[in-house]
Amino acid sequence: MRREVPLIITAVVGVIFVIQYFIPHAPFNQFNSWFSDWFAIIGACAIWLGALNLMRISADKIYRRRSGWGYAAIIIASFLLIATIGFAGGSQFRDPGTGFDWLYTWVYSPLSATMFALLAFFVASASYRAFRARNLEATLLLLAAFFVMIGRVPVGDAIGSFIHLPESLMPSKITIWIMGFINSAGQRAIMIGIALGIVSTSLRIILGIERSYLGGD
Amino acid sequence: MKQDLLLFGALIVIVAMIFLLVPKPIVFSTTVSYLIIGLILLALIFIFIRTINGHFVGRRIVFLFVGIAVVLPFFMKIHQPIRVSPEVQTVYDSTAQLKPGSKVLVSFDYDPASAPELQPMAESYFRLCLEHDLKIIIMGLWPQGPQQAELALQIALADSSIVKKKLERGIDYVDLGFQTGNEFVIQRMGTDFRTMFPRDTRGIPYDSIPLLRDVRNFSNIDYSFNLSAGYPGTVEWIQVAVDRYGLKLGAGNTGVQATGMYPYLRAGQLKGLLGGLSGAAEFERATGKEGTATFYMLPQSFSHVIVIAFILIGNAAFFLGEKNKARKEQK
Repeated sequence: MRREVPLIITAVVGVIFVIQYFIPHAPFNQFNSWFSDWFAIIGACAIWLGALNLMRISADKIYRRRSGWGYAAIIIASFLLIATIGFAGGSQFRDPGTGFDWLYTWVYSPLSATMFALLAFFVASASYRAFRARNLEATLLLLAAFFVMIGRVPVGDAIGSFIHLPESLMPSKITIWIMGFINSAGQRAIMIGIALGIVSTSLRIILGIERSYLGGD
Repeated sequence: MKQDLLLFGALIVIVAMIFLLVPKPIVFSTTVSYLIIGLILLALIFIFIRTINGHFVGRRIVFLFVGIAVVLPFFMKIHQPIRVSPEVQTVYDSTAQLKPGSKVLVSFDYDPASAPELQPMAESYFRLCLEHDLKIIIMGLWPQGPQQAELALQIALADSSIVKKKLERGIDYVDLGFQTGNEFVIQRMGTDFRTMFPRDTRGIPYDSIPLLRDVRNFSNIDYSFNLSAGYPGTVEWIQVAVDRYGLKLGAGNTGVQATGMYPYLRAGQLKGLLGGLSGAAEFERATGKEGTATFYMLPQSFSHVIVIAFILIGNAAFFLGEKNKARKEQK
């Protein structure tokens, strides 16, 4: 029963979701509303579950003095601090001037942006060491990257004007052409491939052929 | 761990010293700016020569160059021509052509990590809407989204042309906040907004908000703008709200994500797209009010040029190395 019940739920919900898309009338539209509400409720519970699990794992790390336990302590302290200040602020906890807003603006935002900004340094270093025109495909990729990178910033057209390039050969125009045609065609091919893969995997799950999501074999 | 903490402490001390000691604002003259650019170019040529001779520079040197390329332009004043691309112009036209009082739904689906790219878009977009007397409905599928919206809204409301209008929350704009459920939230909004957002962020019931009196579902929305940095985001809005319920949607995406949106743009499912920081700067240009994105374009230009230079240097060294190898084998 531990496997059969989840399989039945999956199959029933899956079939109803497919049907409601093509028949948006009673009772299927009502089923759609119910399931969507359930999804939102499950999602809200998952946030709590995730937060509590993070606390449990971090507390365990500190208790056992595993490597990097200091970072786990920072996680717990930050979580408790933000949660306490947020709850204490009531329904207007996010308003300008509140403690939560201060922490969000001056601590959380800069830290998040810094982590993301580090990418630029690694991209530059990796490009220097590994981005080579070794064969035709790599050369095409390199050329596309060159034009998109230079065409996406104003300095590209400034250089173009300086060397008197015709309007149609300005880096920004070439970038628009690459993004609109070559990129779109490639993206569409990838999208269609992914969509077909999703359809086949979904059918396997609904029909109970694919059971790996239940765990075990 | 100890070393990390020491480094962290040292960094805080350095930042505090800079903050306290350096006068503000520092602006280099045009001559000094071009002198710095010349020095950077000379250094790149030096690296190029070294690399050709088989001495690859370490990653720390590359990091240093990127750091310089990002930081120094903040103090420079060099004018750059910004051209408005057709996809950006479409977002502007779609919004500016709406009649006063039209309702615009703006969904904030990003977090502070993507704020440097998306926040300038949000600020400009809010300013444009408020200038044209459009009614704004804010929501978010990411927990941090509505907080980002409030930050952008405060900046737009502080604009001198908008302060005069004496706009009121609940009448001219409303923040419905975050709702969990990803694309299912969009799906439910297709039939009834109220079920997903029974109250706004201030706890005011949906039915008591004057702006939302005639808003039941997407059919009551004149245009929608989605600011997205991933999942759930623009793709989900297109697949559910646009394809199923016929919502008119424009989007502002991070540079990384924007490439994936072009098929939707060309198919007409997306009515306009702002891609990355350059998209934000182009939008500022279209609205006629230069803001943070335009200011950030100089560091962006510098960093792109530095990355391209390193790619070219790396490839030149690679080909020359291959040539030398072939010559040695012939001997």
